[in-house]
Amino acid sequence: MSLWGKLGWDAIPLDQPLPLISSAVVAVVITGVLAWVLVKGHLPYLWKEWITSVDHKRIGVMYIVLALVMLMRGFSDAILMRAQQSIAMNAPGFLPPDHYNQVFSAHGTMMIFFVAMPFVIGLMNFVVPLQLGARDVAFPTLNSVGFWLTATGALLVNISLVVGEFARTGWLPYPPLSELAYSPGVGVDYYLWALQISGIGTLLSGVNLVTTVLKVRAPGMSYLRMPMFCWTTLASNLLIVAAFPILTATFAMLLLDRYAGFHFFTNDGGGNVMMFMNLIWAWGHPEVYILILPAFGIFSEVASTFSGKPLFGYRSMVVATMAICIISFMVWLHHFFTMGAGADVNAIFGIATMIIAVPTGVKIFNWLFTMYGGRIVFTAPTLWSIGFMVTFVIGGMTGVLLAVPPADFVLHNSLFLVAHFHNVIIGGVIFGAFAGYEFWFPKAFGFKLHEGLGKAAFWFWIVGFYLAFMPLYVLGLMGMTRRMQHYDVAAWQPWLLAAAAGAALIFIGIVLQVVQLVWSIRHRESLRDRTGDPWNGRSLEWATASPPPMFNFAVLPNVEGEEAYWGIKQRAKQQALPEAEPDYVDIEMPRNSPTGFICAFFATIMGFALIWHIWWLVGVAFVGAFATFVVFAWRDNHEELIPAAEVARVDRANRASRSAALVGAAAAT
Amino acid sequence: MSSLQATAPGGPRGGISPGKAAALTEGRDHGAAKRIVVGYGFWIFLISDIIMFAAFFATYAVLTDSTDGGPSGRDLFDLRTVAIETACLLTSSLFCGLAGIGAQARNGRMFQGAMAVTFVLGAAFLFLEVREFAGMVEHGAGPQRSAFLSAFFALIGCHGLHVTAGLLWLLTMMAQVMAKGYREDILRRILCFALFWHTLDIVWVALFSLVYLVGVAPS
Repeated sequence: MSLWGKLGWDAIPLDQPLPLISSAVVAVVITGVLAWVLVKGHLPYLWKEWITSVDHKRIGVMYIVLALVMLMRGFSDAILMRAQQSIAMNAPGFLPPDHYNQVFSAHGTMMIFFVAMPFVIGLMNFVVPLQLGARDVAFPTLNSVGFWLTATGALLVNISLVVGEFARTGWLPYPPLSELAYSPGVGVDYYLWALQISGIGTLLSGVNLVTTVLKVRAPGMSYLRMPMFCWTTLASNLLIVAAFPILTATFAMLLLDRYAGFHFFTNDGGGNVMMFMNLIWAWGHPEVYILILPAFGIFSEVASTFSGKPLFGYRSMVVATMAICIISFMVWLHHFFTMGAGADVNAIFGIATMIIAVPTGVKIFNWLFTMYGGRIVFTAPTLWSIGFMVTFVIGGMTGVLLAVPPADFVLHNSLFLVAHFHNVIIGGVIFGAFAGYEFWFPKAFGFKLHEGLGKAAFWFWIVGFYLAFMPLYVLGLMGMTRRMQHYDVAAWQPWLLAAAAGAALIFIGIVLQVVQLVWSIRHRESLRDRTGDPWNGRSLEWATASPPPMFNFAVLPNVEGEEAYWGIKQRAKQQALPEAEPDYVDIEMPRNSPTGFICAFFATIMGFALIWHIWWLVGVAFVGAFATFVVFAWRDNHEELIPAAEVARVDRANRASRSAALVGAAAAT
Repeated sequence: MSSLQATAPGGPRGGISPGKAAALTEGRDHGAAKRIVVGYGFWIFLISDIIMFAAFFATYAVLTDSTDGGPSGRDLFDLRTVAIETACLLTSSLFCGLAGIGAQARNGRMFQGAMAVTFVLGAAFLFLEVREFAGMVEHGAGPQRSAFLSAFFALIGCHGLHVTAGLLWLLTMMAQVMAKGYREDILRRILCFALFWHTLDIVWVALFSLVYLVGVAPS
């Protein structure tokens, strides 16, 4: 075995122009950004204020930035696939099968693990402590470690573009195809190690947020006074804690098969392939609820804020959320009805799958009744929410259709299925994430996003979505299976061309979102939110300044009912008195720490070394990671003190800005 | 912000004396005490760890008859060694508990002594387990032999890796107490370590009963 394991110059795909050109472009962009940062002298700022930050708001923002960047990558894969299928009628197209298989595998992996997951985790990280009236999450440094390990996973998947190859096994590496006998390259290893490392990050984040919601809340913030988003966060993170260990164990088994000749899922030696399907979907089905539940929370906040009404049926919403949390563990078998479990088992799981649609239906009606009779303000978040309600109902109904085992036997692995899960993930998770992004952006940065561009982006997205995915339902019914590199049925091509046109419209939507962001940053003074409450909000995140000070609240709020901030505002109106200045005290906050970044640095090296069998480097990286933990544990001061005078200075400035804005608004009317 | 640190009211080593500040998770104004939050969070983590073991248990249960013509548990398991292993691990938990009492009492000799005994018993457990593994591999019953043996080695090995990590953690805690004394944060870590160590015991009880005892039972 050589010094560098399996790694050699042949790992660079010099014979394939497409990945080489795209990775060259990425390399130029990254080098350009790094050079700009260095030349402009932004590095100390980035290091102190972002990279080593343990502030939940900063970490939340970094999660979302990661998700948006990876969305570009995942979407470019989607464009490649749509383009390939548009022209591959009785023709080879421009993507050879080997490359096409990597593209659809990378697309799914990216979009689920490095777009949807970081997006919802970022929003939960940013919003939940503010809504709970807390100063930070329960474990701030752990939070930073979790983020940077997620980034490590994303980095490893992107390295596979240049060095070596990615998996060709789909977004879930079903054995025996993913076993060493049929996938001897490093592609599956890239997949497995990237997800093992980022999975640890996700688990840490789950532990952290569960503890935060259950143990770190403002005085008076009892469970049934928490905003809906906090409840869905709790449910989603309970699912992370309960489901991600199964993923870790499953991937560990596949890794042992591949690296050490074990026989968990092999064809020989008594291995059991079906066990992989069961294990992976015992994680995989809860995973879709990990993604969608936070989105449900966002729609709840948006619907009630922009209807000017409390959420309809708050308690039924809580019950529905927790019911989904439990039932989501009882439906996994519907992902493989066709694999021979027998009619009785299929019937039980089919019925369970229909049952889980009930609490979701409850939620849809709750949102509708929240909006009914309200004075609805049609902002961009409202549009995303209404778009979600229509789209998600369609996706839900095709899901219930697939839950009927005989129908599933016809539609299994067809484009009907692909259309269904894009229908619920884009129409549910991604629309929700964008609603949350537009809704909380002013809280994070102190200025709103341009409203018109946001609405335009929404219309391109939703029209593009329907144009891109409704044809796939038809194609599925026409018998087209998923993951086809080429085909010979002429009747399919028009529908595939329509789908490609839809993808192009979504592309325009994404461009508009980029333009919106850039335009809004350049014109931020005219979009400034000086009150901290730009939407007439109802929960505590709107009670503090935008952006909130590092300590979130100068004095922790005292919660006296549901919709804490709405209550505070109503009382202030009745008394017609300016809020009295509180007694300021010193605040203790966690100190910044590079632990997360350094851990991720060693994790990246370790993952890379494991993928390429460079065993000595694995050892070096492990020792480095352990040393980082010990150095962190040896720190003497974990907290720093913000003196009362400083708290008072920040808070007085925010109060002055707020009352000036309110007086200005009163004068204007 | 380091200038703030310098002017902070001095506790030991320049830290912040408790009670003077409205702490992040502690103090008069909100939330549970930090010790509670840390212990609670660690329990949540342990639950996730137990779920991971559950996945390996389930796999073992599925594959237990997939011996591919090779040896089964009845042919391989030596209950005498496993009994000694069990005794080592259970006794180590007793000493781990004593170490916790020693730390509460700020009794250095008791803490360090009990931790040392915990380490020795844990290391003895590991030694016996590795010897058992090596013996099986020598007799052609390694994890590559059959799916049953793959599941067995992975399940027991996963527990063994946890014990190894626990031993590393244990040594780190001994060194930390020696270097830093019984600081609040170090006491919290000792609490977490003890939770971890006892959890490994509970998992082992399940392993001992479901893998070894059931494995040698006449069919």
